[in-house]
Amino acid sequence: MSITRRGFLGAAGLSALALAGKPAIEAAVGEGAQEHEAAATGTRLAMVIDPRKCLEEGDCTKCVEACHRAHNVPDLADPAREVKWIWKERFEEAFPTLELDHAPEAFHAKPVMVLCNHCDNPPCVRVCPTQATWKREDGIVMMDWHRCIGCRYCMAACPYGSRSFNWSDPRQALDRLNPDFPTRSKGVVEKCTFCEERLARGERPACVDACTAGVITFGDLNDPKSEVRALLRDRFAIRRKAGLGTKPAIYYIV
Amino acid sequence: MFMFEKAVVGSRRYWMWVVALLAVIGAAFLAYLRQFDEGLVITGLSRDVTWGLYIAQFTFLVGVAASAVMVVLPYYLHDYKAFGRITILGEFLAISSVAMCMLFIFVDMGQPMRVLNVMLYPTPNSMMFWDMVSLGGYLALNGIIALVTLGAERKRVAPPRWIRPVIILSIPWAVSIHTVTAFLYNGLPGRSFWLTAILAPRFLASAFAAGPALLILLVLVMRRLTSFDAGKEPIQKLALIVTYAMIINVFFVLLELFTALYSQIPEHVVHFRFLFLGLDGQAPLVPWMWTSSVLAVVSVGLLLVPSMRRNEKVLAVTCAMVFVSLWIDKGLGLIVGGFVPSPFGAVTRYVPTGAEMLIALGVWAIGFLLVTVFYKITLSVREEVAAS
Repeated sequence: MSITRRGFLGAAGLSALALAGKPAIEAAVGEGAQEHEAAATGTRLAMVIDPRKCLEEGDCTKCVEACHRAHNVPDLADPAREVKWIWKERFEEAFPTLELDHAPEAFHAKPVMVLCNHCDNPPCVRVCPTQATWKREDGIVMMDWHRCIGCRYCMAACPYGSRSFNWSDPRQALDRLNPDFPTRSKGVVEKCTFCEERLARGERPACVDACTAGVITFGDLNDPKSEVRALLRDRFAIRRKAGLGTKPAIYYIV
Repeated sequence: MFMFEKAVVGSRRYWMWVVALLAVIGAAFLAYLRQFDEGLVITGLSRDVTWGLYIAQFTFLVGVAASAVMVVLPYYLHDYKAFGRITILGEFLAISSVAMCMLFIFVDMGQPMRVLNVMLYPTPNSMMFWDMVSLGGYLALNGIIALVTLGAERKRVAPPRWIRPVIILSIPWAVSIHTVTAFLYNGLPGRSFWLTAILAPRFLASAFAAGPALLILLVLVMRRLTSFDAGKEPIQKLALIVTYAMIINVFFVLLELFTALYSQIPEHVVHFRFLFLGLDGQAPLVPWMWTSSVLAVVSVGLLLVPSMRRNEKVLAVTCAMVFVSLWIDKGLGLIVGGFVPSPFGAVTRYVPTGAEMLIALGVWAIGFLLVTVFYKITLSVREEVAAS
């Protein structure tokens, strides 16, 4: 096959286009990576949970009660439509990608605390059509209950089942009201916000304070001297469905 | 306005049909008022199955809307004259389908009064934003095209030259609406059932089978009930399109099955297991999915035999089978199958409630009413032109 002038020019033009397009492609593919680098300079809030300590407390639900009371989360009878910010889930269901074949049978069914993972790369934020959920610079994935249109796209996108929808008016199911925190209307999505309202007052998240067994450690992942970093240095910790690339900020010591 | 005067004069049968549709719409509206008041709690949806009948109907109808391209493309791009009389019917079907799509999205919203937030805070990284852009654009394009071409037909002049680029633009736009609709689902980590690059092509293939199948049925009904006869040739050509599209659709489904079942990756297999065999003793969709599969195979068989395809009575039955098969596949299985099992492995039962089904039926009735009115206008214009 001979190379004609026209063919050569065409090929050269295409190559030039490809070269020009390269930075754009790199920018698109590498965008996530750059975000994480940027995050490494500021504060990155995270939690380390010690399920073994939690198990020793038996049926304790102090953290759940403290959280749900502080945030006016209704206690609904129907489990299919309940609203929850932090709760206990069976280990094998919270970590379905872990192979537990030869672990003791009893271990599978043991409960472990789950909540919003406040991912570095949150799919819920990516899909929200109104920016009603967004990521703060300190890592908290936030919710604006006044902007949410209730399309529930974020619930389809969340691989952790961390989001709840108000199928009916939650105010009717609240027996005790915390006047310092807003209630929600029907038809909006809600979830854990790492107690941003308490953090703003210089307090720790309600669940961390409520737990008397020291199961939950909260802190800045970017601070090498923080408690969370100390724990992650000494102990082996895993995150839920790490293979999905969402980079959760909730670590579980195993 | 828009030759609407043609829609308010009609036979007794026409009015009985319109009144029947209005009655369904009225009943559905009352059910919707209840949903508006009490919230989506009146549906069968739950925290595990967060989308159901409404979003599934939306997905199916985007396909019907996109399928107008199967008459527009041969007629305008290849100058295939036999489609001359039915092209506008395809466009009106598309307009009605897009209207239904938008209504299905609307009735699915938890906070419907805030739905314009999607425009107030445009978010390009959300596929739902692009879906709004593509569906809105498609509605506008087809509205303009139908209005201008029918107007020209009425005045017995050629359509203005500027409409041609608009028509050409509507062709890739039709592909885009169903592609973006597939992107709603197949970019979600952790939803393995939808996490497949073939979802958009599969959507398009099933759309190009279901839409023209419906158009064949509508044209056959019109031949019976009205003065309009599309003739044999366009129906046969549409049947050929349905044949190809349905075969490609079945092929794509088999590719999906192979990838999941041969790789044996549990999170990919489990959704098919739920749909076709049942999971944890829950098998609500099993009879539906097998019905869909049998109808698909039988309809492909009938379409492939030329003597069957050419027999319009058999063809009508075949088209109904294609439509029902794909409606089950997309309008029931695809959405619910993606949510079960949940991220925690829970198998949550989803059965639409009576109110939910009534609301869905009401939206379909609005779509049928739109199709009826549009087709009535078209036929009246043509009768007027033929008489003068």
